[in-house]
Amino acid sequence: MSAPTPSHSSGLGDRMRQLRAQGVRGYLAAWRRRQLTEGLGPAPAVLALLLIWTVFQILDSNFLSPRNLSNLSVDIVGLGLIATGLVFVLLLGEIDLSVGAASGLSAALFAVLNVRHGMSEPLAVLCAVAAACAAGALHGYIFARLGVPAFAVTLAAALAWNGLMAALLGGSGTLSFDDEGLVAKLTSHHFGHPAAAYSLAALATGLYFLAARRRSRAQRASGTQSSSVGEIAARTAALGLIAFAAAAVLNQYQGLPLAFLLFLLIVAGLDYVLRRTAYGRQVYALGGSVEVARRAGLNVAAVRVSVFAVSGTLAALGGLFLASRTSTVGLSSAPVILLISAIAAAVIGGTSLFGGRGRTWSALLGILVIQSIASGMALLGIPAAIQLVITAGVLLIAVIADSLARHARLTHTPGADQDRYPSGAGGRLGSGTQ
Amino acid sequence: MTQASAPPLLALRGVHKSFGAVHALTDVELEIRSGEVVAVMGDSGAGKSTLVKVIAGVEPADAGAFRWKGRPVDLARPHHTRDLGIAAVYQDSALCHNLDVVGNLFLGSEIRRLGVLDEGTMGRRTRSLLDSLPVQIPDVRAPVASLSSDQLQIVSVARALLGEPELLLLDEPTQALDTRQVSNLLDLVERLRDDGLGVLLISHTMGDIKAVADRVAVLRLGRNNGVFDVNTTPHEQIISAITGATDHAVSQRTANREEYGP
Ligand SMILES: Nc1ncnc2c1ncn2[C@@H]1O[C@H](COP(=O)(O)OP(=O)(O)O)[C@@H](O)[C@H]1O
Ligand SMILES: [Mg+2]
Repeated sequence: MSAPTPSHSSGLGDRMRQLRAQGVRGYLAAWRRRQLTEGLGPAPAVLALLLIWTVFQILDSNFLSPRNLSNLSVDIVGLGLIATGLVFVLLLGEIDLSVGAASGLSAALFAVLNVRHGMSEPLAVLCAVAAACAAGALHGYIFARLGVPAFAVTLAAALAWNGLMAALLGGSGTLSFDDEGLVAKLTSHHFGHPAAAYSLAALATGLYFLAARRRSRAQRASGTQSSSVGEIAARTAALGLIAFAAAAVLNQYQGLPLAFLLFLLIVAGLDYVLRRTAYGRQVYALGGSVEVARRAGLNVAAVRVSVFAVSGTLAALGGLFLASRTSTVGLSSAPVILLISAIAAAVIGGTSLFGGRGRTWSALLGILVIQSIASGMALLGIPAAIQLVITAGVLLIAVIADSLARHARLTHTPGADQDRYPSGAGGRLGSGTQ
Repeated sequence: MTQASAPPLLALRGVHKSFGAVHALTDVELEIRSGEVVAVMGDSGAGKSTLVKVIAGVEPADAGAFRWKGRPVDLARPHHTRDLGIAAVYQDSALCHNLDVVGNLFLGSEIRRLGVLDEGTMGRRTRSLLDSLPVQIPDVRAPVASLSSDQLQIVSVARALLGEPELLLLDEPTQALDTRQVSNLLDLVERLRDDGLGVLLISHTMGDIKAVADRVAVLRLGRNNGVFDVNTTPHEQIISAITGATDHAVSQRTANREEYGP
């Protein structure tokens, strides 16, 4: 039933030595453990991304050009934000099918308020985002308080918000706004000075180093094997290399795009919320086991409502970035495609559909994979219809991998199985009286 | 060990709990004193786990009176009971498999510094608590999905002990353990009892109960069916109360009426 446990008299020092002595095996064990907490994690998506970039670069030497990569860094933001909101919902083990429609509705709301009613852009943005946040909270309330399955609530909402968007836009179904305004600038503005991109790269590297050192200290405090200084330095150097390379590439075109900067800040900020605050811990706990969370005294309904509100809010922000690209809001962009792409991004990046495993960074990674495919195929002149089929195929592969990983967890580890005790031990009554 | 004059740590009277048409508990009463281990026995489906959940506030009773150290209290929410000093180890679903040991121990009572989780302090406290318990957990940063069943059991117990409770409810804690681990756990229960905790221990194994319990309360079909002194009652008599061969409900009720007085 269980591995023999060493006598519990061995002290802290012994245990640390024992753990360090495990070397490579210990490292692999640690990786396997991370897999248990975080799902498949980012490794498959990183490999896929390298493969995709290599293949497209071979097929078309423009693929890795500064111009194309810079455009890619802006193109990912709209869908990436929607996917980031979905990560919250997926962490609960739930789904929000309304994000595509909600993003369209809030963009339409912004355009109508701004263009037709003359509301200032900042105020119209605020209204649009607040409306989507309220809509998300409403979905969450109906799910958490009335017990309607999340897919049903959000499916109905998707239809409703899509209809409302059409009604708002009226006859022509499209509405253009100022292409020099605040919202248009979200995706058109670049920080041209090279120092901007390099400072961001330096900041990211520094913060990564501090976070890794803090985590290592916390591990040492709890008597756990901690990453060595060398390992932290190596990982920081790797990240720094990527960050500075990206900065150099962006600087060869128009500099650091505002959209990409905002996306990074939002993803990093929300990752901090999920992993370093009690609220984030509650989100993960609910994805692990609702019953355990309830017994621990967590306010399950409040967390659920808040998560759907986050999803709605980020869908709205994503919708504004999508509209910003063309300074137009239209019915043409099908919400279903937005939805599927956002789900695909989150899952491809390593967030599990089954709850409790994933990070906001998976939205960034996953959307990079999806947009890279889209951008590469556009360069090669492959029709959009075929792109859809390929995106769906990638999503399917990611979902299958996620399901297989879950199956492996359930069959190989006692702790992953929630109902670990057989029920009804009444038959043992008399026999236990030795 | 305890003076009869002091009010019990926890006294329940007239507790009812139904799940739809199922009467899981009917007019149940129970007393637990500090420094005492009360065993609860009963056939499968007798309502033992429901009793634990009622006391812990996770499945509040439909009716019933609760007194904590003589004072009437309401056990309607998990954090109320935790604040009183009641902690439970449930029979099932004890831990979040995706959180690490520290995250599970502190779930719902995280230590924060400037609004941010204080992982260092939580890790240190986890380490020192687990080091005092009889199963070794080498890595408290491991997700509990990677632990063996005896380690899981001890993490659940550690989680319950974290808030330094005065009353500990253990629902079949020995079920997933081998003989040596069972004796480790029972040693721990005795140590806690000697520290002055009240312990409610649910077990199907008469051996466990003979080893640590002072009294046995038997539940049958959701009703009391007698309270016995472990040291003086032949265990055949306890078994027959569990299986329903004897009906102690009436004598039990009379005895209590005398104790509480008119
Ligand atoms: N959440 C629930 N919903 C419906 N019925 C339940 C629930 N919990 C327990 N019961 C029923 O209540 C009775 C007592 O169950 P339980 O307290 O688990 O018994 P025990 O722990 O003594 O085996 C059983 O008939 C069981 O089916
Ligand atoms: Mg039970």
